[in-house]
Amino acid sequence: MTEVIGSVAATAVKTPVKNAISKIALIGNPNSGKSSLFNQLTGLNQKVGNFPGVTVDKKTGISQLTPQHKVQIIDLPGTYSLYPKSLDEKVIIDLLYNKKSALYPDVLIITVDASNLKRNLLLYTQLADLGIPAVLGLNMTDVAETHGIKINVEQLQQDLGVPVVPMNARNGVGITALKILVSQQLEKPAKTFYQIPEELMVLVRQIRYYFELKNDYLALHYAHQYKKLSFLSESDKSYIEELREQYAFNSNTLQAAETIERYTIINELLLDSVKVTRAESNEKFSNKLDQVLTHKVWGYLIFFGVLFMMFQAIFAWATYPMDLIDLGVASLNQFIQSKFDGPLVNLLTEGIIAGLGGVLIFIPQIAILFAFIAILEETGYMARVTFMMDKIMRKFGLNGKSIVPLISGVACAVPAVMAARNIDNWKDRMITIFVTPLMSCSARIPVYTVLIALVVPERYYLGFLNLQGIVLMGLYLLGFLAAIFSALVMKLILKAKERSYFIMEFPVYKMPRWKNVGLTIIEKVKAFVFEAGKVIVAISVILWVMASYGPGNAIETAEQQVRQTAVTRNLTEAETNNLISSHKLEASYAGLFGRAIEPAIRPLGFDWKIGIALLTSFAAREVFVGTISTIYSVGSDENISTIKEKLLAEKDATGQPFFTPARSFSLLIFYVFAMQCMSTLAVVYRETRSWKWPMMQLIYMSGLAYVCSYVVYQLFK
Amino acid sequence: MQKKQRSVRELKIGEKGTICCLQDQEMSLKLLEMGCIPGTEVKMNSRAPLGDPVTIIVNDYTLSLRLDEAATIMLK
Repeated sequence: MTEVIGSVAATAVKTPVKNAISKIALIGNPNSGKSSLFNQLTGLNQKVGNFPGVTVDKKTGISQLTPQHKVQIIDLPGTYSLYPKSLDEKVIIDLLYNKKSALYPDVLIITVDASNLKRNLLLYTQLADLGIPAVLGLNMTDVAETHGIKINVEQLQQDLGVPVVPMNARNGVGITALKILVSQQLEKPAKTFYQIPEELMVLVRQIRYYFELKNDYLALHYAHQYKKLSFLSESDKSYIEELREQYAFNSNTLQAAETIERYTIINELLLDSVKVTRAESNEKFSNKLDQVLTHKVWGYLIFFGVLFMMFQAIFAWATYPMDLIDLGVASLNQFIQSKFDGPLVNLLTEGIIAGLGGVLIFIPQIAILFAFIAILEETGYMARVTFMMDKIMRKFGLNGKSIVPLISGVACAVPAVMAARNIDNWKDRMITIFVTPLMSCSARIPVYTVLIALVVPERYYLGFLNLQGIVLMGLYLLGFLAAIFSALVMKLILKAKERSYFIMEFPVYKMPRWKNVGLTIIEKVKAFVFEAGKVIVAISVILWVMASYGPGNAIETAEQQVRQTAVTRNLTEAETNNLISSHKLEASYAGLFGRAIEPAIRPLGFDWKIGIALLTSFAAREVFVGTISTIYSVGSDENISTIKEKLLAEKDATGQPFFTPARSFSLLIFYVFAMQCMSTLAVVYRETRSWKWPMMQLIYMSGLAYVCSYVVYQLFK
Repeated sequence: MQKKQRSVRELKIGEKGTICCLQDQEMSLKLLEMGCIPGTEVKMNSRAPLGDPVTIIVNDYTLSLRLDEAATIMLK
């Protein structure tokens, strides 16, 4: 291998470092080992941002090429060609076709899967024609060898006119050689591949001179893709449009012809450097595994087994760290409150720290879910799940890939919405994000338990079918049905920005790379804490202010009144305190809010007290139980049976029990559908980069909840 | 009498064919990039449990696609 590097140095390196390289972009086919290489080059020095205007992750990192030389690495989305088919891929041309863009790279590192050279080289030949200095990272040579593919690196290097570095991004072999090579001044590839047809040259040259481009092929791409280039002005675009009309430029036909031509060139070129001794031999292992894993019966059983494990992990394993976080936040608050006093301290403890706790509490679930997802992705199993579920999901306007977010939604919508990132198609992804919060998440469980215990008798059928359990399952089913039928409706309403394809590479099974798994977890947790977390803390503080302050001295008056009644009624200290907090809440802005919305929620059978609970549930649904306890002065030990007794004892104006089955079911239905989770809204905002989607969710889900609760209450009243 | 032209959709599992042309213009760009070039050999590899999508082998690698996508790849 040293020889290889030596000869490269001789051919492609200019006089030593004049103006040192500072920006390097990684580009390559999906599954060509690009992210592994990025992780190898940057380690933990990674930053995830966004490309301006789109929801595509922009991963950048710092790499120490040589002890004296640090560079910025940009990880571009995986793509098969420079004619982007998805919004993700569009980012690439926006960056590479605009020399003025802030991230315009000095050098490209093109990762190439050696076991699949032909298809991978298509992208390379396009990049070479653009004339950007480049290095080819020949990855997965080990896989290629087991496939019986022998590559003569030196010959390939000569035929392609670019330095080729054999490497293994999984274990880091060849990375040092690659680093040394790119740290030197590289030239643009020595060869170009595609000859632009003569009849196009007039148009190409006009564009080239108009935009002062250095390269014909780049000008041709301007002609093909001017609409997608965000840096062109309207007048630039109409200039190109006129030229296209003038010369009857047929983009589709030309692109097809170009791709076919490139494949012909690549096929000829590889005759010298690639020798295949036995083909199709290695796929056998993957195929055998597939016969079981995508089997009509076993395939689905195994998939449900995997899901079952995932749930167990999210529900059961995550509780320990979650309890610890809960306890930690609570004891921190207690400690601060025992040392200091005053409204600012309350703001800090009950507003800010409680809000932070509300963010941190999700970390275990997010970490576990993404550990599973990353492993399933890495091994190639996810592609099989998508493959098995696509037909069913497509009927409802979803996509095979929607299955993971939807199912994860049963645990928590926050990581589930983040998991929808795997869906390439914009429309499918938006629908998935939109309907996922309708799946009953674990935060609804406390609400369901309390209300079901209140109105559904604990009766058994056939000795083991618990009626309460059946009702609980019914609520989950209701959420699921609402999700898929909403998806169906959205399929009809939403206009597609791009066509939905399923054409994708079916990867062979591989061992997961644990480093990649770990980095995925860190990246997802960071994204959640720093971006969704900001919104959650802010809303938490607002809610705290609303629940602790009232107009004028309403709160103080309420407290004094309670103390007086306490004296006359001879209440104990604890009873007095419970009564005080309940009356304080009543007098606060939250209480006022409850009263203000009472006319609106009365048709659903709710009163102002439930109104307060609906407002505070917005912080998180499980807060319902706590709020109800405060309002009905249950005390701080939220025991379900005490809450049940208190609620049963609650009387309406005519002296009848307030929590009738009609009211309780109406409330249950409301909690099934309503969007009452600021964390979800915040994460949807983060994922879609606009408030439009979370606001639509809020209106749609709450509207649905309102209508359904109304119908239930009016029917059963 | 000319026989009706077959598409990849109609291949049986394990059966091979040679691509003659691609029908859907917009989709053909994607398929071409993935290596479904006229003249290339394709082999039907497997079907999803519900019959759709399918996987085919082209240029020594496995590609998965939906039946209506496979139907646009015509065979010689």
